[in-house]
Amino acid sequence: MKTVVLVVNRLAWFVPTLLGLLAIVFFISHVVPADPAAFVAGENATPETIAAIRARLGLDQPLHIQFWRYLQSIVEGDFGRSIYTGRPIAEDLLDRLPATLELTLVTVVVATLVGVPLGVISALRRNSWLDHGLRVITIAGLAIASFWFAILLQLLFSMRLGWTPLGGRVEGWGPEQITGFYMIDALLLQDHEILLDALQHMVLPVITLAVPATATIVRFTRAGVLDALQSNYVLYETAMGYPRRLVIWKYVLRNALIGTVTQIGLIFGILLAGAVVVEAVFDWPGLGTFAVNSILSSDYNAVMGFTVVVGTMFIVVNLLVDILHGVIDPREAR
Amino acid sequence: MRRILGKLIEDRASLLGLVIIVLLVLAAVLAPFLATHPADVAEFHTARRLTPPGAENWLGTDRMGSDIYSRLLFGARITITIAFTAIFVAVVIGVPIGLIAGYYEGLGSDLLMRVSDIFLAVPQIVLAIAIAQTLGPSIENVILALSATYWPFWARLVFAETRSCKKEPFVEAAIALGCSPWRVMVLHILPSISSSIIVRTTIGMGGTILTAATLGFLGLGPPPPTPEWGRTIAESREFLPMAWWYAAFPGLAIFLVVMGFNLLGDGLRDVLDPRLRRASRGR
Repeated sequence: MKTVVLVVNRLAWFVPTLLGLLAIVFFISHVVPADPAAFVAGENATPETIAAIRARLGLDQPLHIQFWRYLQSIVEGDFGRSIYTGRPIAEDLLDRLPATLELTLVTVVVATLVGVPLGVISALRRNSWLDHGLRVITIAGLAIASFWFAILLQLLFSMRLGWTPLGGRVEGWGPEQITGFYMIDALLLQDHEILLDALQHMVLPVITLAVPATATIVRFTRAGVLDALQSNYVLYETAMGYPRRLVIWKYVLRNALIGTVTQIGLIFGILLAGAVVVEAVFDWPGLGTFAVNSILSSDYNAVMGFTVVVGTMFIVVNLLVDILHGVIDPREAR
Repeated sequence: MRRILGKLIEDRASLLGLVIIVLLVLAAVLAPFLATHPADVAEFHTARRLTPPGAENWLGTDRMGSDIYSRLLFGARITITIAFTAIFVAVVIGVPIGLIAGYYEGLGSDLLMRVSDIFLAVPQIVLAIAIAQTLGPSIENVILALSATYWPFWARLVFAETRSCKKEPFVEAAIALGCSPWRVMVLHILPSISSSIIVRTTIGMGGTILTAATLGFLGLGPPPPTPEWGRTIAESREFLPMAWWYAAFPGLAIFLVVMGFNLLGDGLRDVLDPRLRRASRGR
């Protein structure tokens, strides 16, 4: 029952948050530019053209009506057309979504597999040289500009050593589209060559993205385990003579990792944001590359569409994490 | 104050962070004197383009033959201007909103916090990209984009701290003595929550510098020939196989500066915030 209340409560916040996001994007795109119509028309437009565009875009209407129209079109899945290519933006974004999701999901898995054990060890051996070393490494990992790190990896492993491809998702054409996730599609088609090729293409982008994500996971896991170690129930269990191994595996980890689960939402956000530049450097045909190309060609509708889609994904993930957290940690559901 | 400084210096990591930040500020202020080729910010020497690091050009030259070391020093000025101004604006907007929303309880407070939650619900870089793209590339617009996306961090923090501080006996006493709300907020609550604000601000500096460099890399920063570090890295990609120094040194500069703020922030948190020390360091 408590869980149902929690889910309903979180869902109730979902709609206003989403509306807020759309309001911010609307404000940025319709109110901030001195004259959006002139912006769309370009530098050499005559006043007549600008007036025509203003009427076509509905910019001569009052703001609240413009916002209402904007909401209607978003709900219908209409993000407008690209100023540059003329293609519907929603279609472009949808085409590129699987590439970004594949990259970020693989990174989340890698970062969790590496980060959680390191965080636990760091906490159990507090103030050892390992702990201090990991502290410096994680702080460094959060200080690296990912676009720079990506370029250095490319220089070393692709250009100098020739171990990994320079960029892209596969050589030539990808596997026949089933899910859009190349690794899954290759597995379904039993095409081992493409699977191996896709994996090779993924190594460098995943490493680049995983660095800040892993650092975050290590730090949170460490803090969570330390907190649990100092709690009264651990003191009690130790006093009762429970073996330390049992206390740690059964009681400390289970409680500490609840906090780490919550961090996955945050990490997903870091990754979506990081993907913008990492994809551009590795020519990964996902949302990030789309955003960067749109920025470079001043395709302003496309940039706003990207903002809405990524913002919405981020809000949805946080909603799911919140609900999951409430389900596995009954204290949260109150 | 002396006690805090003493503890910071004892911790080697924070000391290192502090030293890096002082060096950054010195490099920016003294750029015209430290630079070996101060005119190279705008001057080209195409004959010397893409020269490797050596006696004449310590860190090599770029595609225009300009000295990378000198351009990095002047780039530090841009980084400092953007980061300090953006954070200052974010603090000036965020802290009062958090204080007022935390002190008064009601619909207005809920609304203010809801708005900052919405800003926090989107990755900062994504909103900053949208804003900077609309406004066009310039230093002022980068600052605007960054402060518009970063203020909610301070609003959220100050709100939570004010709410818990309000229940403290010394605040209740001040209210009972008839202090005006402004007096309570500014003279009683603000000083006692200032350490969390300082920690958050130091760590925020690192994040802001990274975001600013990313905007520069994407071409949304100050336009050329500005020696902005992120833009320099973007320019270098074309010449990557033959001129590693072109990309390596600006990125190293970004890394060191962000690392400096992160180390100092981490150390400050241990010294200033005893509640967190238990979990993070356990001394």
